[in-house]
Amino acid sequence: MNKKFISGNDAVAEGVRLARPHVISAYPITPQTITVERLSEMVEDGSLKAEYMHVESEHTALAAAIGVSSVGARAFTATSSQGLLYMAENLPYASGARLPIVMMNANRAIATPWNIYGDQMDSMFLLNSGWIQVYVEDAQEALDMMIQAYKIAEHKNVMIPIMVNLDGFVLTHTYELVEIPSQVDVDEFLPPINMTEQKMDLENPKSLCISAGNDFNFEFKIKQERDLHSSISIIESVDNEFGDKFGRYYNGLMDTYRCEDAEAILITTGSVTGTARIVVDQLRKEGKKVGVLKLRYLRPFPIDRLKTEIGNAKVVGVIDKNISFGYEGTVFTNVNSTLVNMQNSPKSMNFIGGLGGRDITKNNIKNAFESMIKMSVGEEQERIQYMNVRCEK
Amino acid sequence: MNRPKVKQWQEPKTIDQYPMGSTCDSDHLVSINAGWRTFKPVIDHDKCVMCLRCFLVCPDGVIDKSGDKLEIDYDYCKGCGICAHECKIKCIEMEKEEK
Repeated sequence: MNKKFISGNDAVAEGVRLARPHVISAYPITPQTITVERLSEMVEDGSLKAEYMHVESEHTALAAAIGVSSVGARAFTATSSQGLLYMAENLPYASGARLPIVMMNANRAIATPWNIYGDQMDSMFLLNSGWIQVYVEDAQEALDMMIQAYKIAEHKNVMIPIMVNLDGFVLTHTYELVEIPSQVDVDEFLPPINMTEQKMDLENPKSLCISAGNDFNFEFKIKQERDLHSSISIIESVDNEFGDKFGRYYNGLMDTYRCEDAEAILITTGSVTGTARIVVDQLRKEGKKVGVLKLRYLRPFPIDRLKTEIGNAKVVGVIDKNISFGYEGTVFTNVNSTLVNMQNSPKSMNFIGGLGGRDITKNNIKNAFESMIKMSVGEEQERIQYMNVRCEK
Repeated sequence: MNRPKVKQWQEPKTIDQYPMGSTCDSDHLVSINAGWRTFKPVIDHDKCVMCLRCFLVCPDGVIDKSGDKLEIDYDYCKGCGICAHECKIKCIEMEKEEK
């Protein structure tokens, strides 16, 4: 078994190399830079047979990937923060044209004030872009998701681009022992890309990115919406197949920890999940019925399974590393719209933290659980709370 | 005349029948389109030397060079007159359309 002690960025590059993209369009931005640097080294040393395009901006990085994907080739690009926002215009072009591009996004704060550290404000901006969005918890999951992402995106019934999000610095720059699958196994798992209908082809010429006015536009969007929803079952089956092949299962669209009989469930995305699991273990020792639910995918949003996993919990807390200014955390809004459709809706609370790279500590999470437990026995609590703040509100 | 044939178009009846993505077959003509022409270009084939200048400059690509002599597709020519203007030996006349 081949294991390497590498950072999250390195793990992404290793995963991309194994997925054999034809073209990498790259523009560096902290904290993603190491990923595209590693990929350039891999192309240089011949271990990755891909075209490496050094483009002049993030907008072009995705535009180039759209061109690559339009001719039926496998495209990879990576970005972060302001770079993601700069390429924003091209995101719905890729999803509307049903191009199975895979992009890594290193979650990073949005200016201003200027900040290079991790929070999830950037990708939450683009939740409506028509892309599948997955959030990983560690470097191993980052590597594995690069391989899974191409298989999901390129499934003939999906054909939707995927954004793989990993927390800036906490994941991108932290070194872990990561298992590197063999190329033979990955080749068996991930077949070559095979696009037909939406592919530019001289033998079978197509008009791409066509117009559709008020007479037909809506139906195109309905098809996109329908297929994004039905990608749920394909995401689950690809994850199972991956587990059977490589021994690592990620439980599809969400991962639960000690939720079965939990009265208070904390919902997390990304790297904060590990900290939350440790706190759950501590509180369980004290007899508190608590659990943690890691939402892996925010699009498609796993409505039905979320209802099942929440079950009879009395309180659901949501950690948001973002604010939708003027309302609340974005994940909280999404979770709430599922909760209101449950027969016995639990109460819900929002814990906003980690902005601009601020730590979310075990103590912060313990306080969140304690507040949720108080809420569950009828003690009034603030519905939206900030974690780890320097001064009084 | 070497051009795509006019094909009858049928509206999709289900979402499944809509294309995957914003993509459709190219060369898919659903109707002729020449109703706005006031003058039509007519080539004097005795004078024409097949220099292909008109073929190159036609903005609608309606001049066909696949045969022995140039042929204008009047189903799609919009009568802009660029071919006649650019013809160095003045062998294309713009003739008033009879209504």
